[in-house]
Amino acid sequence: MVVGAVIVILLLAGVVWLVGEPLRAAAGRDPEAADDGRPGLEAAKEAKYREIRDAEMDHRTGKLSPEDYGRLDRQLRTEAVEILRRLDELGPEPRRSPPGTASL
Amino acid sequence: MGASVGRAALILALGVCLYGIGAALYGARSGRREWVDSGRRAVYALALILTVCFAVLEIAFLRSDFSFDTVAGHSSTTTPTFYKAAAVWSSQEGSLLLWVWLLSLWSSAAIFLTRHALRDVVPYATAVLLGFGAFFTGLLAFLATPFATTHPVPLEGVGLNPLLRHPSMMIHPPMLYSGYTLFTIPFAFAVGALVVRRVDAEWIRAIRRFALAAWFFLGIGVLLGARWSYAELGWGGYWAWDPVENASLMPWLIGTAFIHSIMIQEKRGMLKIWNASLVLATGTLAILGTFLVRSGILQSIHAFGASTLGVPFVVLIALLVAGSIYLVVTRRDALRTEHHLDSLLSREAIFVLNNLVLVGLCFVIFWGTFFPLISEAVTGAKSSVGPPWFDRYTVPLALVLVLLSGIGPVIAWRRATPANARRNFRVPTLAAMLALGLLLATTTAAREPVALAMFCCAAFVLGSVGQEFYRGIAARRAMSGESLLVAAGSLVRRNRRRYGGYTVHLGMAVLFVGVAASSAFQDARDVRLAPGQSATVGGYRYTYVRPTASVVNDPKRTGSLLDLGAEVLVTRGGHQAVTLYPSRGYYPAPDTSQGPVGSLIGGEATSHVGLKAGLRRDVWSAIEPDIASLQPLIDRGNKVVPATRPDLAFVVLAAIADHYRAAPPPAQFRLIVSPLVTWIWLGGLLVFGGGLIAMWPAPGRRVRARYLARVGRELKEAPTPV
Repeated sequence: MVVGAVIVILLLAGVVWLVGEPLRAAAGRDPEAADDGRPGLEAAKEAKYREIRDAEMDHRTGKLSPEDYGRLDRQLRTEAVEILRRLDELGPEPRRSPPGTASL
Repeated sequence: MGASVGRAALILALGVCLYGIGAALYGARSGRREWVDSGRRAVYALALILTVCFAVLEIAFLRSDFSFDTVAGHSSTTTPTFYKAAAVWSSQEGSLLLWVWLLSLWSSAAIFLTRHALRDVVPYATAVLLGFGAFFTGLLAFLATPFATTHPVPLEGVGLNPLLRHPSMMIHPPMLYSGYTLFTIPFAFAVGALVVRRVDAEWIRAIRRFALAAWFFLGIGVLLGARWSYAELGWGGYWAWDPVENASLMPWLIGTAFIHSIMIQEKRGMLKIWNASLVLATGTLAILGTFLVRSGILQSIHAFGASTLGVPFVVLIALLVAGSIYLVVTRRDALRTEHHLDSLLSREAIFVLNNLVLVGLCFVIFWGTFFPLISEAVTGAKSSVGPPWFDRYTVPLALVLVLLSGIGPVIAWRRATPANARRNFRVPTLAAMLALGLLLATTTAAREPVALAMFCCAAFVLGSVGQEFYRGIAARRAMSGESLLVAAGSLVRRNRRRYGGYTVHLGMAVLFVGVAASSAFQDARDVRLAPGQSATVGGYRYTYVRPTASVVNDPKRTGSLLDLGAEVLVTRGGHQAVTLYPSRGYYPAPDTSQGPVGSLIGGEATSHVGLKAGLRRDVWSAIEPDIASLQPLIDRGNKVVPATRPDLAFVVLAAIADHYRAAPPPAQFRLIVSPLVTWIWLGGLLVFGGGLIAMWPAPGRRVRARYLARVGRELKEAPTPV
């Protein structure tokens, strides 16, 4: 019975430590910058690159004629440029807080 | 001690869920990241606590600690250790604990992997996942606790349901529940995204892999269930349209639709309302699946899960449905489409068709599954629909689905030209025509037009996927000069989603060939045979050579105390094909009311199938021995064995087994020759192999960096957007 109580108390202490750590660490930490939409744009950029590669693959495997591929590729690259331009407008990427502090 | 720890840990788990929900929502509303982080850590804490709970219960089962109600009710000292470990999830309480434990583990993985992403969405997703956690830990703490104890402690337990003593039962429930719980993750992230009106590319990237993982695990679970049905249940089929089977298939179908249509949103910004609806429906169907297994609301072979948990589940499902509708309706401005379909001759159009077919399939299955309930509610009389009803609607839809899975790979995104389409369809069409000609010329397939159509559709898929691989490898070799194998490897490695998907399509075609062939061309007979007698099925001659009987020493190691069976010689054209050993295992009764001997074998009995599986056909057999003819011997044994000498009961049982071997009564046999069943399992392996390829993380930074540089170079040349 005593062993059981000790296990539960240890479990409770571990949980309190685990969930309480970010609240303790927050004291004295600078507030993080708000989400500026960069991760969304990065994901959109990756998706656009994938689309460009897909179109290239479709062309190489005969699903797109050279004319259609040329037109589509230009359009996709223009869209990629637009995404890169919007990313550039956000400025250099801010440093991410080291993992293990409050972001585990 | 263990039970007390378990009960306290469950209360703690519930408290952690409630705290985490509050912390995550407060953090989201106030913009205080530390509270969001604390909420996120509550998910990890939940996983830790539930791991302790699960370990306590697992240890109790392995130690046969019958002070736990659930151990006494679902295990016994005679249950083999292998099955004691799996018996945890044979009980309702244990399976709910497994469900929420897996939920906590997968949620922790999801929350950890997105710790630097979707900062506005994650707090709400965390709250939803912990909401599910609170629901299930609440059930476990107050309504169906696995840590209830009993006094005095019984000396022996009831034992594991014999039907569940099959190796696939070790893996089937965890796979199924992994699928269900993983589908709650895209659901939770969809709720979060809709709350903050953000369904962008980052959201898609985050949920896609969890949706794929859920699809993967649930699919494996469904297939293992089919395999278990085929090898264990003694009826020779792998799919019976049982409500619990249907419950697992529905979220898988909608998940498949979602995995396809989310690609259209990723590429074109289209179908956002549709995708949000699909992902919310998938999560809800996953909960519905759990409800059907655990509520006992529908009669099925899985009725061992009957319980009184119906009301809480109905309330939860009503909340999920109402909440989902509310979110989609109120967020429709954020879900406006960015583009429209360019052409009906495009991969997008094929995907839309594929989605409609998959949703149609799901609707048919939903209606057939719930019809008995609806009928009872409306007319007061319970009626049900059987396999012929399901087949009438699902078979044509499956044919269209397989055909579409062949069309999709050879058609371009956005807009294909008729000339290109004609060129790309040539090989698949030729493959289909060739298959048709060969089958008509060399087989009797013409007498089953639906099966014949399925074979042709599958050949179309084979032609289509084969052509794609061939052209891709050829293009790769032309570019790099690599050898055939290296080029194939590079091609798949560099285009995992594309070629993983194609492999899945090929696997589905193989699987459906197996289903069509084994359904249409199966030969089955139920016969009563005495030793020396024969029966012919599908060109095979089955001869009952001699009876077999064993006591305690169960050849399948399932823990049955008496195993009665037969040695069956199977010949074809006078040549020996195989010798099968079907048998039936008899297990102890939960009490001693049937006397010292009768109680040893008075519990449930289950078939052990005699099976010779092959690429061309399976030769299958099951036996139902005439146990009633042994009843006089059992009765006599009950009279002579005193209750104080249970060991003597085994001696009597051995004598009964000897008698059965010496003077066997005729036995009932089910004999089946079924073509291409193995193709179902091989197709399944291909499907999940392809899924694994598609899920595997992208080769990464090197390729991306190279592409980045290339687009960067082109930036200078590209026209300035207006």
